Amino acid sequence: MMLAHLIDIFLLVFLAVISVALLRIKDLLTAVMIFGIYSLTSASLFMVLAAADVAFTEAAVGAGISIILMLATLAITGREEKIVERKFKLLPLIIVSITGATLLYGIRDLPPFGVASNPAQVHVAPRYIEQSAVETDIPNIVTSVLASYRGFDTLGEVVVIFTAGIGVALLIGRRRRLLTAKEASRHE
Amino acid sequence: MNDHLILRVVGKFLIPYVMLFGLYVQFHGDFGPGGGFQAGAIFACGFVIHTLLFGSRSTEQIVSIGFLRVISALGVLVYAGVGVASLLLGGEFLNYNVLAADPITGQHIGIIVVEFGVGLTVASTITLLLMIFAERGLPS
Repeated sequence: MMLAHLIDIFLLVFLAVISVALLRIKDLLTAVMIFGIYSLTSASLFMVLAAADVAFTEAAVGAGISIILMLATLAITGREEKIVERKFKLLPLIIVSITGATLLYGIRDLPPFGVASNPAQVHVAPRYIEQSAVETDIPNIVTSVLASYRGFDTLGEVVVIFTAGIGVALLIGRRRRLLTAKEASRHE
Repeated sequence: MNDHLILRVVGKFLIPYVMLFGLYVQFHGDFGPGGGFQAGAIFACGFVIHTLLFGSRSTEQIVSIGFLRVISALGVLVYAGVGVASLLLGGEFLNYNVLAADPITGQHIGIIVVEFGVGLTVASTITLLLMIFAERGLPS
C-alpha cells in the first residue's frame, strides 16, 4: 500500500518537474525529447491506474509517433526557438489566477477519487460489467464497450483520424507532385 | 544515416517483431489489453523505424503514399460497411447481433471486423503523415 503511494507520488512529481523543464527549455530538439519522457511517464501513470489500453496508446502514440512527427517538423523548420522579449503583463496574470482559483474551488464539489458510489460508476458502468460477458462473450470489457456498445462513437473517431490524415495530405503533401509537374514542363 | 551500421542491423531485426506484436494486439484485443487503435499505432511504428533508418524514399518503395491513402479510406469503409451490413440484415446501424444466426457470434464477427477497420485506418494514416513530413524535409 505504502509502496503504491510512493510510486504515485514519484510519477506525479516527475510529471510536474518535466512540465516545468518543458516550459523553460529553449532548444526545441531537447523539448521534443522531454515531451517524449513526459508521455512515457504518463503511460506509467495510466498503467498504475490499471488502464492498460490507455497506457498502450500513450506509449505508442505519445512517446513514439508524435515525437517522430515533431522531429520531422523540426527538420523542416529549425531547432531554435525564436527569442521574444518578455514584458510583465498584469491582465493575463489576473485572468490565469482567477481561472485557477475557480478550478480549485470546483474541485471541492468533485466526488472522492475512486469511490464505488460515484456518479460515473453507477450510471451505465454496472450494466456493461454485468452484461458484457453475457451479450458479447468478450473478456475485455474495454473492447466490447468501444467496438460494440459505443460503436458509433468509435466510427466517429476513425473518421476523425482519416480526416486528419487527408487534411495533412492535402495541405502539405502536394509539393512533390507540383515539383515533378514543373520539371516536366521544363523538359518540354 | 548511412554510417549507423549497428542501428540499421538492430532495427532491421526489430521491425518484424514490432509488426508481429501489432498484429497480436490487433487480433488479441478481445481478450487482453489492446485493439484496433493501439495495434495500428504499433504496426505503424514498424514503418516509422524503417523510415528513420533507411530514409523515406526506400520506405515509399514498400508502401507508396497513394496506397496508404487508399488503405486509410478502406478502413473507414470497412467499419461503416459493417454498419450498413447490419442495416441490410434488418438490425440497427452497427447492431452486430444480426450479423450471424447467433447474436454472440454476430458480436464476435462485428467486433473483429470493426477493429480491423480501425487498425487499417490508424496504421495507414500514421504512416502517411510521417511519409508526407519526411518527404517535405528532403532536399530536392
